[in-house]
Amino acid sequence: MCRACRGIPLYAPLLAGTGACPLHILRRKVMNLLRVKAVAKKEFIHILRDPRSLGMGIAMPMLLLFLFGYALTLDVDRVPLIVWDQNNTPASRELVSRFSGSRYFALYRHADNYRDIERAINRRDALIAIIIPSNFAKLVESGRKAPVQALLDGSDPNTATYALGYAESVSRSYSRDINLRILRRVSGIEPEFGHLDVRPRVWFNTDMVSRNYLFPGLIAVIMMIIAALLTSLTVAREWETGTMEQLISTPLKGSELILGKVVPYFVIGILDLILSVLVGEFIFDIPLHGSLWLLFAMSVIFLTGALSLGVLISIIARNQLVASQLALVATMLPAFLLSGFIFPIDNMPAPVQGITYIVTARYFVKILRDIYLKDAGLAIMAGEAGLLLIFSIAAIAVSIRMFRKKIE
Amino acid sequence: MFERLRSMLVKEFIQVLRDPKMRFIIFLIPVFQTLVFGYAVNTDVQHVKTAVYDRDNSAESRDLTARFAESGYFDIVEYVDSDENARDLIDRSRVKVVLRMDKGFSAALRAGHSAPVQLLLDGTDSNTAGIVLNYAGKISAAYNDRIQMEQAGRINGLPATIGGIELVSRAWFNENLESRNFYIPAVIANIVFIITMLLSSMAVVREKEIGTMEQIIVTPIRKSEFILGKTVPFVLIGFIDVALITIVATFWFGVPIRGSIALLFGATALFLMSSLGFGLFISTISRTQQQAMMSAFFFIFPAMLLSGFAFPIENMPQPVQWLTYLNPLRYYLVIIRGIFLKGVGMVILWPQFFALFVLGLIILFFAVNRFRKTL
Repeated sequence: MCRACRGIPLYAPLLAGTGACPLHILRRKVMNLLRVKAVAKKEFIHILRDPRSLGMGIAMPMLLLFLFGYALTLDVDRVPLIVWDQNNTPASRELVSRFSGSRYFALYRHADNYRDIERAINRRDALIAIIIPSNFAKLVESGRKAPVQALLDGSDPNTATYALGYAESVSRSYSRDINLRILRRVSGIEPEFGHLDVRPRVWFNTDMVSRNYLFPGLIAVIMMIIAALLTSLTVAREWETGTMEQLISTPLKGSELILGKVVPYFVIGILDLILSVLVGEFIFDIPLHGSLWLLFAMSVIFLTGALSLGVLISIIARNQLVASQLALVATMLPAFLLSGFIFPIDNMPAPVQGITYIVTARYFVKILRDIYLKDAGLAIMAGEAGLLLIFSIAAIAVSIRMFRKKIE
Repeated sequence: MFERLRSMLVKEFIQVLRDPKMRFIIFLIPVFQTLVFGYAVNTDVQHVKTAVYDRDNSAESRDLTARFAESGYFDIVEYVDSDENARDLIDRSRVKVVLRMDKGFSAALRAGHSAPVQLLLDGTDSNTAGIVLNYAGKISAAYNDRIQMEQAGRINGLPATIGGIELVSRAWFNENLESRNFYIPAVIANIVFIITMLLSSMAVVREKEIGTMEQIIVTPIRKSEFILGKTVPFVLIGFIDVALITIVATFWFGVPIRGSIALLFGATALFLMSSLGFGLFISTISRTQQQAMMSAFFFIFPAMLLSGFAFPIENMPQPVQWLTYLNPLRYYLVIIRGIFLKGVGMVILWPQFFALFVLGLIILFFAVNRFRKTL
């Protein structure tokens, strides 16, 4: 007979010695859901009493969503161009108009000396300078190679790589046309040469818009930020303001405290998730090709792990200043930098790639992209999903272990 | 006055440096962050994983494959023999590109027709995909030139040379277009901004939250002394962090520093006016450290994202571009990159210095005005 519920007989020989039924063993040894509820309620009140922090917990994700949806893009077009045409003939002017007519370049102005070019590039008024030599027309007409100089501001290598690529493709098509024209004139026939016709077909993000690439990953970053900003201070705050002593004097167990602390922030996290998906769908037209249910299931797993990690940091730090810095270094920065959110993991050197395997945001970013852009099912992401689950369970277990209900 | 300020400073330094975790955070974490940034933040696209679907299997198609492989941009990791396989590889992100040549590819080339080559790209990462397209265009253009030269030689009376344009490109400031040189100097700005603003705002609020503010209020210390006592330690920490990161950047990563280091510290001093001013301002509007941290990040995120650190300001919509003029981080970044990569001095950078100074003054003025030494 279980002493606590009276009436439920204990059949199993294993339980006979304990004098309690499984439910009450769970309650005694692991956690009592009533106490979890009490802590959660206290934490909820705490959140509601501080409307600004709550408001920011909602407003911050929105701010990030709008920044990434509206303002931030890696797509390079209309590169400011400065031209020094030393030749000034129909041939050179045609080349200039091919540059300025392309949608990739915007003619900043014409220059007639190096000083102007240097100043324009130094001030970033122009990112690329095209210098056409004075014998350009002569060389081109006679079928020789005319050296055209392209000076670039290499300080932003990503933009410079794009600009150079565009410049090369403009000059390639110009060269091709010139060549054919000359050959036609010399031979009097329409010469035909075999040539490659490269037909790119882009899958998944057909228009190659960086927003579609960044947005799904942003959801992972937002969850990590919420976890870092909100939960990392909760336990440290109790220690610092002295209310932890009151909690210690209650029969509350570590597991109950931690779970109770996580629940309210979990609600905020899910609210942020819903808002993010809605904003992506209705404001920025981010295509969601995959299953919404899968998206939510994966987010729940990830969010649980992220929040537990925040609580763990709070337990270790015991001091809000330290906790905030640890949270920054252990959660936010890795989520931004090592998750493949902006900077592709493939480009990193091997040791750093090794580190990314313990950055859980990495798996979640990939899962989100797979769901959003590729319509991938659970089968393709099973490995990542499994790792997320293991991490979340581990984060909870470690925080419970690390929590000491003692005053030092 | 100096007596009171000194005791306040002593108290602050003890408080900041007492906790071994805090010492670790202030001095080791910036170095750690620089290392992570230096290795992780990289937009150079190389060794793109590529699969080849060669249905023609001729000398020409193998030649083209070899050219892709030799370019250094593409790593051929798989050969596939069906569209399904190709699709599966891209689905599983095993390859980013599939190069597909159909039957009749070589025949078309030899007959002087256009020979289609299909390039299947995973466009998920639009940036990488765009650069990959550039590379492919380059390789195919070189290939075309050679064919044209060969075939023109065979037709009577045609010059066997290729004219046109030869684009001679030179990148200034960062000759090999290494992204590391672009990002690492900017890390200085971000770390100094986060550390000084977050720590200063939380340090003041901490006194309110745990109740020691009352003890300070009853002392004869003046408002100005209190503010100085709270900010001077972080000014020092900011300078030490700048020095530490600069050392790591130049000696570990070999980022060139072409301009004046004195100018770098001068700009840092002006920038700290803004970041500590923001920190102080946040401390006046927050009651708990939680609020202070949240509010600080409410400034930090937009400031970092709209600074031109990773996302070029020129690409932003016009109204947002105007907004960035209010962002002190923007000017500080231009100065730092100018000093590190371009080696330019005051002649070019004076507008940024001026803007930093004016912004710093305004922010500090507002913060100090709002600050009350009362409860």
